[in-house]
Amino acid sequence: MRRVLLFIPVALAVALGIVLFAGIGKDPNRLESALIGKPVPAFELADLQNPDAVHHDNVFKGQVSLLNVWGTWCPACRDEHGDLVRLANVEGVRIIGLNYKDNRDAALQWLDRLGNPYALSLFDPQGKLGFDLGVYGAPETYVIDAEGIVRYRHVGVVNERVWLDVLQPLLQQYGGQG
Amino acid sequence: MHRVLMLFVLLVMPVAATAVSEVYPFDSSADQERFRTLMSELRCPKCQNQNIFDSNAPIAKDMRDEVYRMLQDGATDQEVKNALVSRFGEFVLYKPEFSQRTVLLWVTPLIAVLGGVLIVIGVILRSRQREDDTAPLSEEERRKAERILSGDDNSPR
Amino acid sequence: MYPELGQFTLILSLLLASLLAVVPLVGAITGRDSLQAFARPLAAGMFVFVALAFAVLTHSFLVDDFSVAYVANNSNSLLPWYYKFSAVWGGHEGSLLLWILMLAGWTLAVAVFSRRLPTVMVSQVLSVMGMVSVGFLLFILVTSNPFDRLLPNIPADGADLNPLLQDFGLIVHPPMLYMGYVGFSVAFAFAIAALINGRLDAAWARWSRPWTTVAWSFLSVGIALGSWWAYYELGWGGWWFWDPVENASLLPWLAGTALMHSLAVTEKRGVFKSWTVLLAIVTFALSLLGTFLVRSGVLTSVHAFASDPTRGAFLLGLLAFTIVSSLTLYAFRAPVVHTRVRYGSLSREIFLLLNNVLLVSSMLLVLVGTLYPLVLDYMGGGRLSIGEPFYNTTFSPIAIAVGLLLGAGIFSRWKKTDGGWLGRRLLWPAAISLIVTAVVMLGLGGFTPWAFAGVLTATWVAVATLADLWDKSSSRHGRWHGLRRQSRSYYGMVLGHLGMAMTMAGATVVSNYGVERDVRMSPGETAELGDLRFTFSEVGERQGPNFVAQYGRFDITRDGKLVATLYPEKRQYRVQRNVMTEAGIDAGLTRDLFVALGERVGDNAWAVRIQYKPLIRWLWLGSLFMAFGGFLAIADRRYRIRERSAGKVPADSGKLEGDVVEAVS
Repeated sequence: MRRVLLFIPVALAVALGIVLFAGIGKDPNRLESALIGKPVPAFELADLQNPDAVHHDNVFKGQVSLLNVWGTWCPACRDEHGDLVRLANVEGVRIIGLNYKDNRDAALQWLDRLGNPYALSLFDPQGKLGFDLGVYGAPETYVIDAEGIVRYRHVGVVNERVWLDVLQPLLQQYGGQG
Repeated sequence: MHRVLMLFVLLVMPVAATAVSEVYPFDSSADQERFRTLMSELRCPKCQNQNIFDSNAPIAKDMRDEVYRMLQDGATDQEVKNALVSRFGEFVLYKPEFSQRTVLLWVTPLIAVLGGVLIVIGVILRSRQREDDTAPLSEEERRKAERILSGDDNSPR
Repeated sequence: MYPELGQFTLILSLLLASLLAVVPLVGAITGRDSLQAFARPLAAGMFVFVALAFAVLTHSFLVDDFSVAYVANNSNSLLPWYYKFSAVWGGHEGSLLLWILMLAGWTLAVAVFSRRLPTVMVSQVLSVMGMVSVGFLLFILVTSNPFDRLLPNIPADGADLNPLLQDFGLIVHPPMLYMGYVGFSVAFAFAIAALINGRLDAAWARWSRPWTTVAWSFLSVGIALGSWWAYYELGWGGWWFWDPVENASLLPWLAGTALMHSLAVTEKRGVFKSWTVLLAIVTFALSLLGTFLVRSGVLTSVHAFASDPTRGAFLLGLLAFTIVSSLTLYAFRAPVVHTRVRYGSLSREIFLLLNNVLLVSSMLLVLVGTLYPLVLDYMGGGRLSIGEPFYNTTFSPIAIAVGLLLGAGIFSRWKKTDGGWLGRRLLWPAAISLIVTAVVMLGLGGFTPWAFAGVLTATWVAVATLADLWDKSSSRHGRWHGLRRQSRSYYGMVLGHLGMAMTMAGATVVSNYGVERDVRMSPGETAELGDLRFTFSEVGERQGPNFVAQYGRFDITRDGKLVATLYPEKRQYRVQRNVMTEAGIDAGLTRDLFVALGERVGDNAWAVRIQYKPLIRWLWLGSLFMAFGGFLAIADRRYRIRERSAGKVPADSGKLEGDVVEAVS
């Protein structure tokens, strides 16, 4: 009977092995947004193209959108820019840009040269909204439903695969309700 | 050496005496200390396992600034933590709050210590019992016990 | 040409390891001496070929052979020769080769130093070592070949060694650490062999004990070096970050510490065998787990290797096979019969058992803390961080309890200790410790409960250890005679415990009484820390062999007298372009002064962190004492059987039961 107790270590080891096996290949740095299921934080930010216009969090109301956080200082943002332009023009996705900790002139030049996928561009030089959103590295892309609720966050480059596997299904899911 | 420390404790952060300013100046050393503690308890979400005190990442600086601003506004430690958790998730806390999902984390060491101590008590009690049972050892038993004591017990199973 | 030779010798050593894993074991089981006789030559052959492979890789580094992918990724022609040498183990493949070299080295050591052991035991132990070697040789050959070539596109120059690793600490830290990790494989092999042949007795404990102790000593040095390296190289004056990789080295250390003490009981009294053998397996399992955690990329850490899922899966398979099979063997073969032994409730056995409870609890605490985020994520519970503040609140009480228990346990006797006698015996040490602590507290000037508990425990351990030495060394022929009569293993224990007291004192004092300021300074300005004045006198630039450094010059004065001049640097490495903070440190036995140059803020101003770190050196000095104690203990006469059999009786306090065993072996 007491011998049964001696099997406890091996049982624990097997259980631990299963967990470790599941952990292999996962990115330990990926982090889910704390805002999932919560409204976009309140903000008041100037428009990138038009410094006099001010936007509030109601820009997300009424239609499902992607919120893309970018900056000209971020090389990965350049990688994904072409894909974003395609999403906006070909797929007709509403993308709202959040120009994060950037310089207005540099950002405008960038959009002139590479094309502007954004239905609306928010200018956040201090990174205030970015901080409230919990942005920890550009680029980040959020799925925001028609009620202005954050549904998903993607950290890293948006490419064809991310669009097909992750973002498109989400947009359809939340778009259907709105 | 001790003199240095005594002096330091007596002085309430020698701000006035120096030409330089703290990167994050506080009015009282108590607040300075709170700030320092908070920073070591908050994790930089971008970095490879560093607190926001040690990290050079821009996000860590933003978080330091926010902690500083909130403390200057009179926020409590808990309010500061809550504010950052609401943005970045519980991931930023290096010491997770006690909750349903962290139960095992907090109680495992406790169970290990208590369970271990109980086992030791059991070992003592059992060996006492044996003492009572076998108080009068026969000569043969005594020899066997001697052998076991000497570690030359080749029949473990 | 050479790299292919290296690969070839690795394959040869795999061949020899496979033979070693099978032939002597079959010989031992079937009782054929001719097969068992192969054990030692095979062990030696395996070592020679692994060493050749290592030499070839080293050669490739020294001659800048960038056609070898591993060299190209981890070296550069500008690197000074000594870093080219240490770059051999600067990346995954090479450090794995070092790991295997150590394993082969330990195997050879067992083959050489086991002349007096029964042949069956030696064959089995060497076979188990061979099995472990087969696993790791397969791992390196299949997933991590350091000799892979970049042909035909040979890069003109290498990608350089990570600047963090271009440092003296890296030359010595990994070899020491691996010596410890891998050294526990010997205790493991002895445990497995004992389980296989059912000879799980005091003799087994005696044979494993020196191996465990020496591995533990290496690991202690390795951990201390790592902590020291992090202190001056990571830039911010911390000495332990509770990072998963650090925890990975602490886990086998804690288990190994428990094992050393439990082996003492098993050797002297022949009890707790099942527990001791389990600890031997767990200690090595934790070494393997640490290797896995560092190399698989399942955890986020400051110093993990670049991760690769294939490697992770292979390593996990290896780990699972080793651990599950040995624990299954354990479950079927470990003895469950109660030995009929009496323990007084204050006997040394019970004290050591409590020590094991606490050490294993602290090990579980660190294990759970390290793996909990992974487990929680697996269960879908989201992401979590567990860091320094968690361990500070949970680990410190256990460490203090270990120390308090140690001070009392040191006076206890085997079998039975009289409670009243022990109480009286503890009275003076307790009083002295309290007084010393009170004086220290007054001197340091700030009272916190943790600081008090830590200093008290450290003093208590030191005073009790010395008081015991005082007792034991009293002799009719005078103190000197009494001191000389004590065995080396006893002095080893004294040193080890004094080392622990030092480390505890250092850790407590530097965490509670260290002072730091983050200030904004321009050249010419002065900051004060207590009665020390730090003057930022100038900024300059200097060229290193492969970097450019901006440095600040800080003159530190007290009452107008110069105490030290420090040159903290910010280095920009040419190849990898990253910036490293090189702190300026004035080291001292009682305190370190530490200046680190931070970011540039404004035109001419810098963020500067200045720190006063009392007793920080004690941390590492204490660890060295512990390790030295271990080395001293294994130099004890009673492990050198030749002298014993010549009829010399060692003056060993606990020799009674052990000697009977010795006669049998």
